[in-house]
Amino acid sequence: MRRIFPIFAVLTALLLGYAFYQAMFVAPREQTMGDVQRIFYYHVPSAWTAFLLFSLNFIASIQYLAGRNHFADRFVKWAAIILGIAGCIAAFAIRPLPYGMEPSSVATTAVAITGLYFFIRKYFPGEKADVLALVTAEVGVVFCTVVLITGPIWARPVWGIWWTWDIRLTSTLVLWLIYVSYLLLRRFSSSDQTPALAAALAIFGALDVPLVYFSIWFFRTQHPSPVIGGGGSIDSRMLHVLLLNWLAFLCLAGMLCWLRYALETLHRAVDERRAIESMPEPRSAS
Amino acid sequence: MTSIIQATLAKDLRLEWRSKDAINSMLFFALLVVVIFSFAFDPTAEESRRIAGGLIWVALLFAAVVALNQTWARELRNQALEAYRVSPAPANSLFLAKAFGNFVFVAVLELLMTPLFIVFYKLRAIGPAWQLIIVAVLGTWALVVNGTFFGAMSLRTRNREIMLPLLLFPISIPAVLAMVTATTNILTGESPAKFWIVLLAAYDLVFTTACLLLFETVLQAE
Repeated sequence: MRRIFPIFAVLTALLLGYAFYQAMFVAPREQTMGDVQRIFYYHVPSAWTAFLLFSLNFIASIQYLAGRNHFADRFVKWAAIILGIAGCIAAFAIRPLPYGMEPSSVATTAVAITGLYFFIRKYFPGEKADVLALVTAEVGVVFCTVVLITGPIWARPVWGIWWTWDIRLTSTLVLWLIYVSYLLLRRFSSSDQTPALAAALAIFGALDVPLVYFSIWFFRTQHPSPVIGGGGSIDSRMLHVLLLNWLAFLCLAGMLCWLRYALETLHRAVDERRAIESMPEPRSAS
Repeated sequence: MTSIIQATLAKDLRLEWRSKDAINSMLFFALLVVVIFSFAFDPTAEESRRIAGGLIWVALLFAAVVALNQTWARELRNQALEAYRVSPAPANSLFLAKAFGNFVFVAVLELLMTPLFIVFYKLRAIGPAWQLIIVAVLGTWALVVNGTFFGAMSLRTRNREIMLPLLLFPISIPAVLAMVTATTNILTGESPAKFWIVLLAAYDLVFTTACLLLFETVLQAE
């Protein structure tokens, strides 16, 4: 960590700077919206990063709970494999898919979820999965906040309103609320089993999101359709800048998570040490 | 399992029948909310039909939290919960008994509040009124099942009383939206409430399953 981290941090800073330059000066000016559109290079990558982090949190929470029980662990493992395969089959077999979904994006998502699950299962066993869940939730809330702040700044000049109860806006807001309550639970819980409680709440939150989505789907939607894997179209130069910014944001998120992960591990090691030291000394046999 | 549910439920109902703690505080609280809303909005019959769905469910949601906070705190006295934890009785039967108990309390509250709402807000349903019963049953269960679960979860937090709504409300957003919209649709009779009833049923199904799967973990979390 000591040697690689500074290099990674410097690279991330350079990449962020370059991506900023690209977004502000190189990317073409949008015809109807003008320069306001450039906030899109921050809004969309933040949203993708936040959703990725929340998915990681969900998978890590499941893994933490399942990993404590042999039977549950095997069940979740097979469920993940079946989900990956079923997702791929469904993506190409079901016609037509719901509006705004492409077969390739559905299949990629299914495979990515399975892949992430096995990655976390291998490299973050036991307590580490809980640390990962905590870290991704914290950093995810930060990125989600960025999304919720940049969105209205863009919407005010373009739509003429700050906020509307549209499907994507509302789902993001509810997701943010759920994860803030998740962090509050972790902060205020006085139980030794806080990780298990938090993991249960994370699973509840993940179950809630599709329901929120469907309930608001029933109303009219105002948000522009997704740029990638949706109906929208985008200039290739803009797409290039967008992906570059996403890469920079992913690096930033990865760096923050890494740092926070190391800090949390250290914190727990200190706590454990203190607990051991505060135990009464065993009496020496005399 | 059924006998344990029955025993726990009967114990809770008997306790409540003798003390009437939960129902009194819920009833008075909901009454205050209704009166304050009535002053704040001062609606005509036409307007109140549009906003009543929201008012009813917000009042019931707040009132339900009062009962849900007491449901587990009661078991902390004399270490009753610890005794339950070490007993071989399945955790889910305790959960179901508590959830049914809370369902009964909130249902009684609804029965008592309905005439008040009709009088204060001059309500008369234009749509099919019998659907309101389905919405009430599904909606109450949606609040109560998650409320009981999060009540157990917030039992071991430093600020228990405030933690329960903080956990319960974000998760309940789709359920509240469905209940409110379904009620408003039925009262105004402008559009069908079928989609929202189906959504509520799906919400109940998903979260009842999740609660039953995860309650053991939460109960054992000490």
